[in-house]
Amino acid sequence: MPGSLGYAIWLLATLLEVAVVVCAVRRHCFGRYLCLNLYMVSSLLVSIARYEVLSHFGLRSSQYLYCYYYSDAVLTIFLYLTLITLYLHVFDEMKAGKYVRLAAVMLLAGTALFSYAVVQQSSQRMFTSFVYELSQNLYFVGLVLTYVLWGAILKLRETRTQLIQIVLSLGVYFSAFAATFALGNMFPNLQSVTYIAPLFGCLLPMAWAYAFWRLAPDARMAPARLAVVPR
Amino acid sequence: MATLIFILSAAALLQFFISYCRSLIAASIKQPLSAEVRDVAGIPNTASGEDFARVIQLLDLCPERPEERARIRAINVYFRLLNFVRSTLARIIPALVAWTEMERGQCTYFAAVTLDRRIAFSRDMLAQQIDV
Repeated sequence: MPGSLGYAIWLLATLLEVAVVVCAVRRHCFGRYLCLNLYMVSSLLVSIARYEVLSHFGLRSSQYLYCYYYSDAVLTIFLYLTLITLYLHVFDEMKAGKYVRLAAVMLLAGTALFSYAVVQQSSQRMFTSFVYELSQNLYFVGLVLTYVLWGAILKLRETRTQLIQIVLSLGVYFSAFAATFALGNMFPNLQSVTYIAPLFGCLLPMAWAYAFWRLAPDARMAPARLAVVPR
Repeated sequence: MATLIFILSAAALLQFFISYCRSLIAASIKQPLSAEVRDVAGIPNTASGEDFARVIQLLDLCPERPEERARIRAINVYFRLLNFVRSTLARIIPALVAWTEMERGQCTYFAAVTLDRRIAFSRDMLAQQIDV
């Protein structure tokens, strides 16, 4: 079983996920960011399901292992779709929704095929390996896509504060996760990585809850002010 | 490969984090400071980075609002990052001195706006208790 710190982080993340949905409903933003909120709801359900499996079968059981990695892959795909809907928000005025959707489907299929090809070459051709590989690759694709989206926000002079903060916090989340995964690969015996990743997982719902609760949907800001390199 | 991904991700993380902190500051920079907070915090005209520690100390004296905790922490980390840049990189690239000083001043302004909100919040709570 995970330690008390692990449980505390888990509980905190679950409460923050609830907070995002509650804040969105209270501020009438649920429909506007539907995919984002559905991701939070599914993440909440997955947390509950994982806890059930964990308490019945234990941390080292194959049931928990399957439950963890399969649900993680589903959540990563949901997060990818959430990111795509943020693209739709940014490119809304350009009427480019059709092309964004088409590109998103092709990129998802491409990532799945790439992951399949990687697993096919290994000695263990297990479906679980494919699910893990897909999850990892989607995180990296997510980081690149968020970076491109941030570039588009600066270029198109997107001014919606709420949208800007949602995208930036997603960028922090993806890059922190990618860095943690890489750190884990560089130093496999580093124990603190076990707790760092879930802690980063708390940052995203915290930032989204704040964006829904504190910022008015029509609040605006000049995005050029936010670029690290002045424009 | 892992090292390369780590370096790229860390660079992206730094960039997103700075932009996120600046978006938090930008959201509060439009709010005017009350004369009372200007007096208490010692910010007559423009906020300076030197005042940040004092404003944070004043913030700690007021009852905390849970929704502000994460933002203040983020700005605190950003301020320390700016101090680090000022004492290291800015010595090599002098143009960074003015930039870090401006950013540090904005961090102070953000903290002062938060202090203003906390004082108003405490005042409301006190008024409610008196009513009860």
